[in-house]
Amino acid sequence: MPRLERKHSLPTRLFHWANVPILAGMIWSGLLIYWANDVYAIRFRGQVLIKFFPTWFYDKFDMASRLADGMAWHFALMWLFALNGLLYVLYTTISGEWRHLIPNRQTPREAVQVVMHDLYLDRRPLPRRKFNGAQRLAYSGVIAMGAGSLLTGLAIYKPVQLGWLSWALGGYQAARLEHFSLTILYGVFFVVHITQVVKAGWNNARSMIIGVELTADGEPSYDDAELAAR
Amino acid sequence: MTTPNSPPADPDLNKQLGRMTRRGFAWGAGSILAGYGAWRWVQSAPPEGMLKAPLRRILKLDESIGRATFNPNRRSKSFPASWARMPRVNGRYGVDEKLDQAAWRLRVEGPSGSKSYTIDQVKALPRFEYTTELKCVEGWSEVVTWAGARLADLAALDGLALRGGKGPDLLPYVELKTPDSKYYVALDVASAMHPQTLLCYEMNGAPLTPSHGAPLRLAIPIKYGIKNLKQIGTIRFAEARPADFWADRGYDWYAGL
Repeated sequence: MPRLERKHSLPTRLFHWANVPILAGMIWSGLLIYWANDVYAIRFRGQVLIKFFPTWFYDKFDMASRLADGMAWHFALMWLFALNGLLYVLYTTISGEWRHLIPNRQTPREAVQVVMHDLYLDRRPLPRRKFNGAQRLAYSGVIAMGAGSLLTGLAIYKPVQLGWLSWALGGYQAARLEHFSLTILYGVFFVVHITQVVKAGWNNARSMIIGVELTADGEPSYDDAELAAR
Repeated sequence: MTTPNSPPADPDLNKQLGRMTRRGFAWGAGSILAGYGAWRWVQSAPPEGMLKAPLRRILKLDESIGRATFNPNRRSKSFPASWARMPRVNGRYGVDEKLDQAAWRLRVEGPSGSKSYTIDQVKALPRFEYTTELKCVEGWSEVVTWAGARLADLAALDGLALRGGKGPDLLPYVELKTPDSKYYVALDVASAMHPQTLLCYEMNGAPLTPSHGAPLRLAIPIKYGIKNLKQIGTIRFAEARPADFWADRGYDWYAGL
């Protein structure tokens, strides 16, 4: 008989979904600020390959000439972003959920297997995990990125009072570039994440909403599968 | 795959899943509505200094934290003078490039009276020189060498900065205005008395040019560039929080770095 198996706890789901509008708001207000000095581009031999951002982009999303608005929203939402992130890390640490999330000894090999599997180059079934090797790297990485956004953000927000932090990050302008690069990385993460969620199917995606997953008879719980792999 | 998307159907399980999913979506819809309501509430709030009142309140909260944790011993980082560049002329509000420099006087006011100073009287104060990074709210920055007298030294001259005209209490706020009063900057007194806050008459080793605010401008590297008022006409020490040009136009009043 198939059964419903616990996957994502209520706090995990709340932190995850709260982060969606908060991070979206941070990126939106951040772009309103960035518009005022939009100097970044990817160049190759002096040729601009990608300009951050073309005029049509600001026009389409009504982002031009809204610096004051952007700063006010950014310095309001930053509290929610920091609070949600810190509470999530605290919860994940205390609850022991980190055991499913932080990369371990099997992670590199498993991550390679997942990528090969997704490229249809490896036909072996993937081991049963709450988060496989690729997910562990991606999700731990995106949490580290959140911490990075917080630190680079503080280094730009208070570059005198927190001068040591700006200095450690390579200076004020370096911190600004790092802060911006992390934002672009969130965009990359988002595209890969959504693609993988769509690929993994509704049973998996739904478990981030309702917490449980429909599981075939004979499959172990995620905790047991994790323990057996050690 | 070990997590099949469609294990054999089980009517009871499917019913339970359906219930849970409907409940999940109801919560999701409720949260989206609540979030949208909060957004509408902010957008429909009356503006305060061209910023929606709830956002202004949060900027003031940020300010209170900034002021409570302000450490006057922290300095804007110094750079070698050879790194200095001329910053772009970004603001012309209130700057009169044809100002009669010989007739110019610095007017200093406080609740207890007022006094005028010539540029030579300002230059007679101890001269300090710092090479620091000028940071614009727009996101660019430029290393500049500033030389001039400390605002703190001027404030100590005639007691105009003191509550009741005598010590030891400093008035909590400072306002600076261009001679035509068209550009005006407000400062908390702790930032104004910071050792790097200069009444500046030299920039990058040369006398200040008219477009950069001759004969005297403010250089305050612990604040955003918008506070670095050019062509000072009046400095007023005040009990009440003065208005600020950019705070009246949607920006943070404190703007402390």
